[in-house]
Amino acid sequence: MNSSISIDVRDFNLWYGDFQALHHVSVEIKPGIITSLIGPSGCGKTTLLRSFNRINERYGNVRTTGRITILGKNILDEDVSVASLRKRTGMVFQRPNPLPISVYENVIFGIKSHTPSSQLGRRVLDEAVETALREVSLWEDVKDRLKSRATELTLEQQQKLCIARLLPLKPDIILMDEPCSALDAAGIERIEELIGELKRTFTIVMVTHNMAQARRASDECIFMLMGEIIEHSATVELFGSPKHEKTGMYIEGRYG
Amino acid sequence: MSLPPAAAEPPGGAVPTGDGNGGGVVGRVPARRGGRAMFRGEWVIEFLIRLCGWSSIICVAAIFYFIIQEAAPVLPTMDWGEFFGSVIWRPTSAVPRYGALALIVGNLAVAIVAMAMAVPLGLGAAVYISEFAGPRVRETMKIAIEVLAAVPSIVWGFIGLTIISPLLIRYAGAELGGNLLNGAVILALMSVPLIVSISEDALRAVPDSYREAAMALGANKWEMVRRVLFPAARNGLLAACMLGVGRAVGETMAVLLATGNVVQIPHSFVDPIKTLTATIAAEMGEATPGQPHYQVLFLIGILLLVITCAINVIADFIIKGAKAKANA
Repeated sequence: MNSSISIDVRDFNLWYGDFQALHHVSVEIKPGIITSLIGPSGCGKTTLLRSFNRINERYGNVRTTGRITILGKNILDEDVSVASLRKRTGMVFQRPNPLPISVYENVIFGIKSHTPSSQLGRRVLDEAVETALREVSLWEDVKDRLKSRATELTLEQQQKLCIARLLPLKPDIILMDEPCSALDAAGIERIEELIGELKRTFTIVMVTHNMAQARRASDECIFMLMGEIIEHSATVELFGSPKHEKTGMYIEGRYG
Repeated sequence: MSLPPAAAEPPGGAVPTGDGNGGGVVGRVPARRGGRAMFRGEWVIEFLIRLCGWSSIICVAAIFYFIIQEAAPVLPTMDWGEFFGSVIWRPTSAVPRYGALALIVGNLAVAIVAMAMAVPLGLGAAVYISEFAGPRVRETMKIAIEVLAAVPSIVWGFIGLTIISPLLIRYAGAELGGNLLNGAVILALMSVPLIVSISEDALRAVPDSYREAAMALGANKWEMVRRVLFPAARNGLLAACMLGVGRAVGETMAVLLATGNVVQIPHSFVDPIKTLTATIAAEMGEATPGQPHYQVLFLIGILLLVITCAINVIADFIIKGAKAKANA
């Protein structure tokens, strides 16, 4: 196993019922950088992202073959604990989805699931909340409203909270499914800035529809089409001199 | 060039704003052309709709008015201490006694015991159907629950009388088959379908994004139910339970058959009891209109109305309180 690879996908196929959504996907995603998954709607980029924490499986009709190795372990093996996989691979969704409980409870939701309650004193939790919220620069905004319902925050604050609640679990990877698509321009800028800071600590994989965002916010890009990976290279290269004809057409906005 | 079908993604802003404005103008024209007749028709419809809305309030007021009217003559001479404080209910003796305490206690006791069984069972079933069952099992169960909800109360009473009675005599040490526990079991079975279907609606109404959020954080299903769905669906679940309580307090026919109808304060689960509702049902036929016995039965009706209204108001306060706390 190569420590310079965070997520190693080998010949991965995925079916929803009879429909094959991913075809022989093989890709290596590196730690410490932001990798964007781009491609037109229905190309399988979100499906691939949702395979990394196996949250796709909740639909029940999903079948896979191949391997996805995360931190040296094939996560598709029978003996893998989905709970601990999800602890290591946090996920941020398209639409901010804080839980309908307080800001405070949102941040500690994860550790409460993964740690015996005897180890979670008031002080430990308070500290975890403050640290996590500071890291996403939300602390100053909400420190007086920790007990209020998280769904009352602005969308940008909600999305920051959704990132913050992953941090106490100390994940290795953060998966983001179009994390900015519900936000206004100013919000997008601040969330992108935040993602840029997070990449020093985490492997970040981000699905985006927004070419400009992929270009300015990510280090590497994976271009997908009809369930296959067409091109995977450094962002500068992919946008500057795409190797594949279809990549070129897509980034020029000729389709998609 | 073979472009993939995926390229047919819908364009950004689906409807150009120009079209939107045009549509608005076009839309307004027919209304003007309709002229007076249209206007009058609309007025009638609006009036009817308003009447429908107000009819609920009118009905409640009318119910209170007529029941109070029937009970009114006895009110000035009523011995309230006896009514609320005595367990001696002898409406037909030479010196009639109207002590309703045992009836009140019996009614509340059977409802409380019924809810202690029905609420956990109903919530559990709702959680199972909405979160754990596969689509086919879910549909089958929902049909079964609808059938259960449609069973007439007299049939439930019959079941209590013929099936549950012997079981309680054999296994629970009851002297008589008709008793508090029998009535409570029947009421629980009757309330469960109501609790299940409303709770299930409440749970299904919780946005799926909450479930994904919890699961992506590594929570298991039970944690998700307990820490996310219950808080999110709290108001609906509470409403479901309150409707169950309302049904348990107000049910008549089934408890008439299943509770044994002995006017006494129960000391064990297998003591026979008599409820307020069963008393009205059993005695109304032989009471003479305009006589005190008849009027006291209506007074019991008022009492039942007050109890159920109080339950609703309390539920309302709990829901509002929970909201206020959540918003604080």
